[in-house]
Amino acid sequence: MSGKYVLETENLTKEFAGFVAVSDVNLKVERGTIHALIGPNGAGKTTCFNLLTKFLTPTRGTIKYNGQDITRLYPADIAQLGVVRSFQISAVFPHLSVLENVRIALQKKRGGSFDFWRPASVLNVYNERARSLISDVGLSAFENTLAVELPYGRKRALEIATTLALDPEMLLLDEPTAGMGHEDIDRIAALIKAVSANRTILMVEHNLSVVSNLSNKITVLTRGRVLAEGDYKTVSENPQVREAYMGTGHA
Amino acid sequence: MEPAAIEQKDESAPAIRAGGVPVAFAIMLALIAAAPFVTYPLFVMQVLCFALFACAFNLLIGYVGLLSFGHALYFGWASYVCAHTAKVWGLPPELAILTGAAFACGCGIVAGSLAIRRQGIYFAMITLALAQMMYFFALQAKFTGGEDGIQGVPRGKMFGVLDLGNELVMYYVTAAIFLTGFLLIYRIIHSPFGEVLKAIRENEARAISLGYKTDRYKLMAFVLSATLAGVAGATKAIVLQQASLTDVNWPMSGEVVLIALLGGLGTLFGPVLGALIILAMQYKLSSFGEWVLVAQGAIFVLCVLLFRRGIVGEIANFFRIRL
Ligand SMILES: Nc1ncnc2c1ncn2[C@@H]1O[C@H](COP(=O)(O)OP(=O)(O)OP(=O)(O)O)[C@@H](O)[C@H]1O
Ligand SMILES: [Mg+2]
Repeated sequence: MSGKYVLETENLTKEFAGFVAVSDVNLKVERGTIHALIGPNGAGKTTCFNLLTKFLTPTRGTIKYNGQDITRLYPADIAQLGVVRSFQISAVFPHLSVLENVRIALQKKRGGSFDFWRPASVLNVYNERARSLISDVGLSAFENTLAVELPYGRKRALEIATTLALDPEMLLLDEPTAGMGHEDIDRIAALIKAVSANRTILMVEHNLSVVSNLSNKITVLTRGRVLAEGDYKTVSENPQVREAYMGTGHA
Repeated sequence: MEPAAIEQKDESAPAIRAGGVPVAFAIMLALIAAAPFVTYPLFVMQVLCFALFACAFNLLIGYVGLLSFGHALYFGWASYVCAHTAKVWGLPPELAILTGAAFACGCGIVAGSLAIRRQGIYFAMITLALAQMMYFFALQAKFTGGEDGIQGVPRGKMFGVLDLGNELVMYYVTAAIFLTGFLLIYRIIHSPFGEVLKAIRENEARAISLGYKTDRYKLMAFVLSATLAGVAGATKAIVLQQASLTDVNWPMSGEVVLIALLGGLGTLFGPVLGALIILAMQYKLSSFGEWVLVAQGAIFVLCVLLFRRGIVGEIANFFRIRL
């Protein structure tokens, strides 16, 4: 389990009715790093995430996690192995309270929860841990608030707390700061930095200052292909990248 | 991890208060205990059967987000099986009801396995198609009595001692069955399993991404719902001493949707109140014939346009409690 790369893909390809959304992507995510996946809209970043977490089945190619071929597993199995994703659109459980949201993830520690005859109070053993996660993302005052009533930035914070509750070895974050104001962005960026200790993070992000501050390595995707790879300096000086990505309003 | 420490003074969304359920339950219990002295026991027994049916249906739509449009299958077929086993096999009422429920459970396993992988309207269509198939089977089969149904089902003696021929005894037995089912549903909803169900209802993709095999949870909920709908249908067969095609036909599947919608989807007490209102209306308006259907249609439109949450749902939202 201590190889250099946590996640490796080989010729990962996804075609939608003839349209190639992801094409021969060979991605190697190094253990313990923050790896950013960037690229213009429609580049195939989210599709890549969907392939890695098996929400979509690859047309071709293989995915290895800690050396194990996970290409044929189900999405729930991927999560159980320790790869947990977030979604581009905030993914909370809207009509559950903040505490309940986080507990759903903590509850996973019991394995399956098919015991419909037991009172939910058996889950109270997770309250303490849930509260500490909630406080880490600054939501303590909202413990009993329904997630749907939180402002957007706080929903994303809740989502991260829920994800962290699984203590995943690897986190896949799809645009964690999308749609946020400056303060929220700084808060989330700090949070990502803090949780990256002893895990690996692969993240899609449009905000280049977040990318440059956080990531050890960047992969640039355009039209489903890898255009460039390297640290922020290397990538940002690459003329092709400047043309394809930075030229489109993000400079 | 201090970097994310944030000031928490700004917005203060009102939290949900506890305590609504015990109060509502006490009221319901008092009403059920007193009802046979105020109105016709037979009417209230029917309300209780439909209430349990609607609660079972609501377990799926309200807590898992699955719209079954074929719940008449479990209600009606359990009714047939119970009536047949009580009348022809001579089973005592408790065993006849259990047999009916077990049959509904079996049907739930088969139908659920076929339907559960589909989403939204496709799920509803498969449940409807399977229910209609079983309706035609009920229409053709010998033992169901076709258009006549099964009449003259003996009420018998529950556990060999409780004489169900006595209207009050029958009433309290029905009430006990209803309450057991109701409390079981409460337990299911407020169990570790129920928490996962609610998560699936709220955001299935997210539940999967957290590692839950959601299909298995949905199937389990489907089977529990079908079984409880079966208990309701079987009890009704003993209460009314008959089983008929009405209970297994698709308008019955529609009626249970209406009951749950009117009372409030995803509320504990909504289906009970919904059953009371719909049955009272059918009873009061029975002399106006087809107008019952018009009134039901109007209620349906009103619910969809004005009270999205249903009556109990609106009350719960107003007081910021869970009911
Ligand atoms: N299920 C699907 N069926 C057909 N085409 C799809 C599907 N999902 C994505 N696509 C297409 O694949 C391409 C890549 O989409 P994807 O969502 O992966 O882009 P992205 O890089 O995440 O973009 P954004 O920055 O806008 O989120 C787009 O052209 C999109 O229209
Ligand atoms: Mg995307």
